[in-house]
Amino acid sequence: MIHQHFALLSSRTAAGNVAFPLEVMGVPRHERATRVRELLDLVGLGGRADAYPAQLSGGQKQRVGIARALAGRPSVLLSDEATSALDPETTGSILELLRDLNQRLGLTILLITHEMEVVKRICDSVAVMHDGRVTESGAVPELLARPGSELARGVFRLGPVPDLPGHTVVDVTVAGDGTFVAELARTFDIEVRILGGSVETVAGGRVGRVRIGLPGTPEANEARLRHLRETGHALEVPA
Amino acid sequence: MTWSDIAPLLWQATKESAYMVGVATVLTAAGGLLIGVLLVLTDRGGLLAARPVNAVLGLIVNIGRSLPFIILLVAIIPFTRAVVGTTIGTTAAIVPLTVGAIPFYARIVETSIREVDRDVIAAARAMGASRPQIVRKVLLREARPGLVAGLTITVIALVSYSAMAGVVGGGGLGDLAIRYGYQRFENEVMVATVLLLVVFVQLTQMLGDFVARRLSHQ
Repeated sequence: MIHQHFALLSSRTAAGNVAFPLEVMGVPRHERATRVRELLDLVGLGGRADAYPAQLSGGQKQRVGIARALAGRPSVLLSDEATSALDPETTGSILELLRDLNQRLGLTILLITHEMEVVKRICDSVAVMHDGRVTESGAVPELLARPGSELARGVFRLGPVPDLPGHTVVDVTVAGDGTFVAELARTFDIEVRILGGSVETVAGGRVGRVRIGLPGTPEANEARLRHLRETGHALEVPA
Repeated sequence: MTWSDIAPLLWQATKESAYMVGVATVLTAAGGLLIGVLLVLTDRGGLLAARPVNAVLGLIVNIGRSLPFIILLVAIIPFTRAVVGTTIGTTAAIVPLTVGAIPFYARIVETSIREVDRDVIAAARAMGASRPQIVRKVLLREARPGLVAGLTITVIALVSYSAMAGVVGGGGLGDLAIRYGYQRFENEVMVATVLLLVVFVQLTQMLGDFVARRLSHQ
C-alpha cells in the first residue's frame, strides 16, 4: 500500500524504510540489504539510499513508499491518493513509474484518486464511487465514450454556460469520428457555434464533450437535436 | 571558612548529588518509558485499548504529580524502608526521587509518543508489524528526540528535587547549600554550591540538546 502523505519513518533513511517490512517479515539481514538495493534501484532511487525522508522531495518520498510497498512482492498494490499531495509534474513521473511496474512486474494496481487526470492517464478500468456506492464501472475508454457517463463529465469539464440570446445551448458527448459539428451544419444549413469543449483521442477514437449553440429556440431545434441523438450522440442541456 | 574547609565539603556533596541523580535518572527513564508507553497503548483507539487500565494508570500518575516533593519524601517513608531497608541517607533518598520523577517523565513520554504520525503507525500495522514491533521500531524510535529532550528536563527536575534530600539525610549540593549557606550564613558555600548547580544544569541541557538534535531527522 502507498499513502497520500507517504507515511515514512522520519527516523530511518530511505533504505531503512524499505527494510522495515522485510524486518517485520523476518527476512535475514544480508538478504535484506540486497533486496533493499534492488527495490530502490527499481524505483529509480539507487543513489539516495542513505537520505532521510526530510531530505527528499515529495516525489522521491513517494518512490520510497512504493519501494517499501513492493518489498513483500505483493500481487496487488493499493495506492491511496498517492499523487494527491504532489505537483502535476511529479504526479506524472510517479504515474509513469506505476505504469512501468504494472507492465514489468505484472502488478495489479488498485488506485484510489479524485484526480480525473490520473484515471485518464494510467487506468485500464475504473469504478466511480458516489456516497459510498459504485455508480458506474467499466473499461476507461469505454466509459469515457459512454454518453452521459459521470466519468466523462469529470474528465471533460465544461465551464459556465454563456448567455447566448436566441440560441439553444447543448452539451454533446462526442462519439465516433468527431465530425458531428460539420455534419450538422451541412445537413441543416445552419451556423453551429462551438462554445466550449474538451476532446481527446483515446484508444483510437474521439471521446470528449463539446458545448454548441444552435440558432433558434429549443422547439425550433428539435429535429436537429433528434438527428444528433440518432447518430449516437448523447445530449444534455446545461443548467 | 577557608577554601580548604569548603573544598572537601563540596566534593563530598557533589558525589552524593551525582549518585542520587544518576541512579534516580536511570530508574526514572525505565519506569517513565514503561508507564508512558502504557498510557498511550491503553488509551481509546490505542494498540491495547483498555479504558479502565488507562484511567487507573492516569489517576496514579496524577496523584504522583500533585504531591509536593517534600510531602512525598516523608509520605513514602514506609515504602522506602521496604525497598532499601533504611529511611536515612543518600540511597534512601533515591527512592522518593524516583517515585516523584517517574510520573513526571511518564507524561512527557506519553506526549512525545502521541506526536508520532498516525499514518506511520497505520502503515506499520498494514505491513503486519506486531504490537511489540510497533512499540519498539515505530513509537519509541520515532519519538526518540522528544524522549531525550524530556529526559533532560527530568534530570534537571531531579537535581532540584534532590535539594530536599537533606530532610532524610541524603546530603548532596542542595543540602549543603541549606545547611551551610542558609542556616550558618556561610555565603561562600552558598555561592560555590549555586555555581556548581548552574554549571551542572547547563552542561546537562547542552548534552540533552546535542543528543536530541543528532537523533532528529526532521
